[in-house]
Amino acid sequence: MTAMPTGAPAGNPVRPGRAWTMVERNLMIYRHTWPVLLAEIFEPMLYLLAFGVGVGLLVGDVPGLGASVSYPQFVAPALLATAAMNGAMNETTFNMYGKLTTDKTYESILTTPMSVRSVALGEVFWALVRGAIVATVFLVVVSIFGLAELPGALLVIPSALLIGFAFAAMGLLTVTFLRSWQDFQLIQLVMLPMFLFATTFFPLSVYPRAVQVFVEVLPLYHSVELVRAAFLGTGGGYPAIAVIYLAVLGVVALAIAVRRLEDTLRP
Amino acid sequence: MTDSSTVLIDAQGLRKVYGRPGDKAGFTAVDGIDFQVRRGEAFGVLGANGAGKSSTMRMIACVSPPTAGSLRILGYDSGADGAKIRARLGVVPQDDTIDTELTVRENLLIYGRYFGLSWKVLRERSTRLLEFTRLSEKADDAVATLSGGMRRRLTIARALINEPEIVLLDEPTTGLDPQARHLLWERLFQLKQDGVTLLLTTHYMDEAEQICDRLVVMDAGKIVAEGAPAELIARYTLREVLELRFAPGERQIMTDKCRGLAERMEELPDRLLLSTDNGEETLSAVHRQGVQPLTALVRRSSLEDVFLTLTGRSLLD
Amino acid sequence: MHTLARAFSAPAFRELGYWLFRYRRTWRGSIVISIGNPLLFLTALGLGLGTLVDREDSAYLHGHSYLTFILPGILIAGVMQTAFLEASGPVMQSAMSRGSYRAAASTPLEPAGILYGHLMYWILRATQNAVLFTCVSMFFGTVDPARAPLLVLVAVLVAVAFAAPAAAWAVTVTRPSQINVMFRFVVLPLYMFSGTFFPIEQLPVSLQWVAWATPLWHGVDLGRTVALGTATPYGVLIHIGYLSVMVVIGLYVARRTYRRKLYV
Repeated sequence: MTAMPTGAPAGNPVRPGRAWTMVERNLMIYRHTWPVLLAEIFEPMLYLLAFGVGVGLLVGDVPGLGASVSYPQFVAPALLATAAMNGAMNETTFNMYGKLTTDKTYESILTTPMSVRSVALGEVFWALVRGAIVATVFLVVVSIFGLAELPGALLVIPSALLIGFAFAAMGLLTVTFLRSWQDFQLIQLVMLPMFLFATTFFPLSVYPRAVQVFVEVLPLYHSVELVRAAFLGTGGGYPAIAVIYLAVLGVVALAIAVRRLEDTLRP
Repeated sequence: MTDSSTVLIDAQGLRKVYGRPGDKAGFTAVDGIDFQVRRGEAFGVLGANGAGKSSTMRMIACVSPPTAGSLRILGYDSGADGAKIRARLGVVPQDDTIDTELTVRENLLIYGRYFGLSWKVLRERSTRLLEFTRLSEKADDAVATLSGGMRRRLTIARALINEPEIVLLDEPTTGLDPQARHLLWERLFQLKQDGVTLLLTTHYMDEAEQICDRLVVMDAGKIVAEGAPAELIARYTLREVLELRFAPGERQIMTDKCRGLAERMEELPDRLLLSTDNGEETLSAVHRQGVQPLTALVRRSSLEDVFLTLTGRSLLD
Repeated sequence: MHTLARAFSAPAFRELGYWLFRYRRTWRGSIVISIGNPLLFLTALGLGLGTLVDREDSAYLHGHSYLTFILPGILIAGVMQTAFLEASGPVMQSAMSRGSYRAAASTPLEPAGILYGHLMYWILRATQNAVLFTCVSMFFGTVDPARAPLLVLVAVLVAVAFAAPAAAWAVTVTRPSQINVMFRFVVLPLYMFSGTFFPIEQLPVSLQWVAWATPLWHGVDLGRTVALGTATPYGVLIHIGYLSVMVVIGLYVARRTYRRKLYV
């Protein structure tokens, strides 16, 4: 006999709320699927090369930002903010929807002492870890090409974490409303215009005032502004607004998402 | 503590209604059931699909709050202390929910982490459990390469990672081939020998007879009978059953001719069952009536017959 | 040519019918995307980014506005991307043990018929996208209505030139992550560096040679010269020749890989 459990209640330390184990699970998976993470770092670099450098040759300096800012300098922070957003959203929408429906991963996790809250927080944690990795590598690369002013630009990393948090929480909230894989088209319908219009490729001054107001409401706009301020060492008092905006957005979305997930996962 | 009379699970008036609390159109899956499971026993919940077995199991696993009634497990209230109870349960769900992105061993390791167990403990335990479930050679393989029987054994190994006192198994051998089933039964029997309390649902009568010390039969959310398998057979059936098959065209006429030849008669889509104390005698009586069945079989009564008697339908419907 | 004639006979149309039947469930969303994508890209990049580009009036744009310059590029690169996506994931899934190709292969349908049937579906989808795109473009006033049909033809040729080799490869793929990797590391770079968003003439000569060798550049340049009316017979011949070779080789290999995969 291979000495199986004999029902002694001792020896099982109960520590619920272990959100960190969700991160461990994801790290273990990424040992097998690391090219995915590599691709996530590769993508903003591609955009930077195509737009920052390629289109940059057509653009020259970007007007209306005070000091002379080259086009690559203008685009790089926006691409980083977008990468942080996409990584976090993908994790808590696409990947999480698969775990909720096809794989039923959470169903088995919730038969352990883990709570729904730990699972939700854990997935958000993981989105932050990913965001930090992507931001750090991106920062190192652009610093080598002289597009970021170190050490001030190190602020980019906490900024990327905050963006990751806000969008991971938004993604978590979104996933509780999805009815089928078809609904991901609707997410794209919001994400693509936001990517194109939130001052990623051209400054706010291009728009008429009415459109400017609309853009200023977008969460990606504040994310881009936050990272841009860190990159260029500009912004003055502005980053405070962006920080508050993203933090409030994240906290509120997370609170509602956890409540809705409780209903879905523990019917 | 190891006294076999200790009640580990105590359900009183347990109900589960799906739908919003005030919603009158809610669906009642479990309709006020009482039962107790004692330490060291293998307890079965039998029923057709939709009888309320899985809902009952989910409530006991503390992943689905009861709508009404009391449910105490290991001395805790299932509603208030779900996490404490889950720490001492092992759950084998009906669908294998193993992580397909991880290897066999990684599945055990990460699942153990959810219980807050240390990596050191988990490395040792996972080796032992893979050996116990005969998966040692597959330890570093992708889950996708496992057969159905292996996947189920991995799910069982995973459920044992926290050395649980109670293991819940929801239809553990559904979809497995006979050889895989027998290996699984053998392992479950071993667990029982080791003092683990088993609670399983099944719609296979042979499985229930093999494994369960005691069982309840559920129908439409209610418990309709409770007892040891042999006890239930003695209580609800006669000693033997005569099974008759007829040519399709003659069925109705032949069935009518058989009426009154046995104390109880059940018509199934493909055959006619006559309950009796002496099958051979009844068969002679059938022949004397001029009934010519295509095939005739006399056998001992089984749990299947108990179920048929109690619910009026076959389990595998 | 008799094999081709046979393949385009009735059985292939059954396979096309299957994909059109499935399309009934998603066509609304697909039309929204076919119209929404050009609208968004042309507004953001053509008009928004265009204000920055047109300020500099780069000699490489030969006096064209940025919107006029990138419009054919975005169309052709987008068609290529859609062709790859439609001919990779769905093909891989269909060829798996529970996929629709397996069901089709157990009927009198031959692997080549399955391939051509699915190919016809990609052609229809590419036509839909290209027609809606050029309609939106005319709204922006940058495409001459007389040249719009030609642009659609170029788009369909590009779609087939990429769908055929993509399908030939995808039918042999077993893990979805392989398609993901191919998309991120091959398709996306092609999308961005084939003269889609900026003229490759401004690159160093060595990089220009790289661009000339890549297939999408031929599609983009063909589309652009046709749309702007600057096409030369010599250039058109090279571009069409290059893309046609891709179609022929792609279909030849796909017929083999389909047969090998489905008749094991």
